[in-house]
Amino acid sequence: MKTTIRNLSLGVACLGFALSSLPAQAWEPTHPIEIIVPAGTGGGADQMARTMQGIITKHSLSKQPVVVINKAGGAGGEGFLDVKNSKGNNHKLIITLSNLFTTPMATGIPFNWKDMTPVAMMALDEFVLWVNADSPYKTVKDYVDAIKSKPDNAFKMGGTGSKQEDQIITVALQKATGKKMIYIPQSGGGAVAVQLVGNHIDSSVNNPIEAVAHWRAGKLRPLCVFDAKKLDYKDKIAGDMSWNDIPTCKSAGLDVEYVMLRGFFMPPGVKPEEVAYYVDLFKKVRETPEWKKLMSDGAFNQSFMVGAEYAKWVADAEKLHEGLMKEAGFLAKSN
Amino acid sequence: MEELANLFHGFSVVLQPYNIMLMFIGIVLGVIVGVLPGLGGANGVAILLPLTFSMSPTSAIIMLSCIYWGALFGGAITSILFNIPGEPWSVATTFDGYPMAQQGRAGEALTAAFTSSFVGALFAVIMITLVAPLVANFALRFGPAEIFSVYFLAFCSFIGLSKEPPFKTLASMMIGFGLGAVGLDQVTGQLRLTFGFESLLSGFDFLIAVIGLFGIGEILLTMEEGLSFRGKAAKINLKIVFQTWKELPRYWMLSLRSCLIGCWMGISPAGATPASFMSYGIAKRISKRGKNFGKGEIEGVVAPETAAHAAGTAALLPMISLGVPGSPTAAVLLGGLLIWGLQPGPLLFTEQKDFVWGLIASMYMGNIVGLIVVLTCVPIFAAILRIPFSVIAPIILVLCAIGAYTVNNNAFDVVMMLVFGIAGYFMKKTNYPLAPMVLAIVLGDKAEESFRQSLLGSQGSLSAFWANGLVSTIMTLGLIALFWPILQGLWTRLRGAAGLRAAQ
Repeated sequence: MKTTIRNLSLGVACLGFALSSLPAQAWEPTHPIEIIVPAGTGGGADQMARTMQGIITKHSLSKQPVVVINKAGGAGGEGFLDVKNSKGNNHKLIITLSNLFTTPMATGIPFNWKDMTPVAMMALDEFVLWVNADSPYKTVKDYVDAIKSKPDNAFKMGGTGSKQEDQIITVALQKATGKKMIYIPQSGGGAVAVQLVGNHIDSSVNNPIEAVAHWRAGKLRPLCVFDAKKLDYKDKIAGDMSWNDIPTCKSAGLDVEYVMLRGFFMPPGVKPEEVAYYVDLFKKVRETPEWKKLMSDGAFNQSFMVGAEYAKWVADAEKLHEGLMKEAGFLAKSN
Repeated sequence: MEELANLFHGFSVVLQPYNIMLMFIGIVLGVIVGVLPGLGGANGVAILLPLTFSMSPTSAIIMLSCIYWGALFGGAITSILFNIPGEPWSVATTFDGYPMAQQGRAGEALTAAFTSSFVGALFAVIMITLVAPLVANFALRFGPAEIFSVYFLAFCSFIGLSKEPPFKTLASMMIGFGLGAVGLDQVTGQLRLTFGFESLLSGFDFLIAVIGLFGIGEILLTMEEGLSFRGKAAKINLKIVFQTWKELPRYWMLSLRSCLIGCWMGISPAGATPASFMSYGIAKRISKRGKNFGKGEIEGVVAPETAAHAAGTAALLPMISLGVPGSPTAAVLLGGLLIWGLQPGPLLFTEQKDFVWGLIASMYMGNIVGLIVVLTCVPIFAAILRIPFSVIAPIILVLCAIGAYTVNNNAFDVVMMLVFGIAGYFMKKTNYPLAPMVLAIVLGDKAEESFRQSLLGSQGSLSAFWANGLVSTIMTLGLIALFWPILQGLWTRLRGAAGLRAAQ
């Protein structure tokens, strides 16, 4: 089955090549486009991929339908290996989260972003430090002081997965406060937020979209955002607070910064005009009201990058992760 | 009674002809999805999600939740007819449903299963209507320790059930735990037992194991027995529905108990699968005809089906009010909510009345429509058993292969399914029970995760499992269930002694 698809796409590629010699005939997909999600259903990457699928279908941005496929095995390694091994398949895309860097480093599953073709950065996902609204901590300083005043392991931090972004931030927090925290991994961001509402943990670093409903209901309190600048969104969310009113952690005395890539890659060996088609498609997606709604609901950082600029960003992010993972002792033994 | 007023408003939304049409389409699609093993509710809803983007959120959720109800109903059909559970929570239905079908009582078993599903779902919806906010807050009390205690209870109430020798049961369960451990360990983020094989990264999916062990294993056994044709006595008359209905009210106590178990498991995010196993296990303990369980006892169909549907329905409540899905299908529905711009959470009930009460009203209507659709089809389903085995077996085999492939879009899984099939055949031949293994594969991983999360939180102290009233109670119930046979023996002896003394 796989070989037939490959042969087919090879044939299509040849045809595309023949046609591309004709003037004004840009490449277009000839059968359904696959978006691989290297994570489970319902998570942030999955939501974004499915929203894009909905936008592309609703606004007829592509003549071919989009199919979303979850390949979550091995912390997403399954999905990345699939893309890595689909050389030249110009109908396959993968949406990334931080496991693009953390999975190969922590588990030794053999892939790297350089094995794939970068397409575009769609947005950056933010991380916010949350506590229960009933807790006495009104500011980052209150919380950090409380952590510092108690012995190691007095506070519990919940997060998604193990040796991934949430735990990396936790390790950075430990470094900044000088005190160890108990890190409790959960299977998804929604579950983490509910554990915090139920007071089973003391804090979380949930993405905005995962915790916003509980914030609006007065159950959670945001302390600071782990980005270099404040979030852009000024609509009131809870009481008279907007995303824009949350201070950055650095300005509040906690020097930790982290954002997560929400971007696309394609298999190796695809042609520039094929990448260009998808970049153009994504630009159209970004213009739709549904996309803008998703961005403001999730308080995303709307950076958009393509080409060399994007590749450079990814390379820098890889270096950053390598440093953080090494420092935390999360690198797989075989590395 | 503001809730009732809201509910009637919900009904007025749902009863628009367009929405009723979507409901029927949803149920039929759902039944198809549920019947195809592997193509479970979650996949079905995910595949059909894009269809709904052009609808209003309320119409969309009505259609999607009806697919969900349809899949819940449909899962029972293949379990009873072919011993192949279409959904994880239908495994317990095979224990008695399949023997019934073999005795020519397929119609009866199907009617009992569908009616129980309906009763369970209805009970859960009524609960959601009346006490939603209360129940949602109860769900918040479940931390890792509480969740582990629920799994513990599920295991305990099921252990020691099988007729097979205890050591074979234990061996089978341990193999299940071993298989469940393959893949990524959530707590440490390390790969376990993959031996460098990329195909093992995602571990052994429960559905593939079940399709192989039950479905393929059963086909192999039947082939050995010379393609015998056991189902031909199946009555194909709509009268069977009414005959079974006359019998069902007798089991009202069983139904009520199963409803309560189901609702509780659905809310305390353990889900429909443990609910069905637990309900079956407890029914077997308590029922007067407990010894007949596994040989085609109608109570053995009523108990798991009622609980599974009560749980499946109740699982939607934490999804709406907390944003935490109680099942994989609920997770996809949750994704849908976000795409339509609705934010699940405590405020959804007040901010999106049309939507929430429309959904709740569609739970009532969807289940009634679903029951009518599946019951009228009972004779058709039962008639499938009249097709000669040599014709139907290849079709089942192909459906199983498609199902195994769709779980992870992985061709290797089809090979895995066949391997499980051969293993299942030999296990049946050597009298090793399959159910404990299946239970361990589906719940072992999650139980381990919550166990270790609790220990992380308590810094390695087991006191976490006795830290508050809730968790202690559930753990105690688990221990009682585990030692029930011994306790029962003691009780009888005490009573016997007391009776003797009284007589003197």
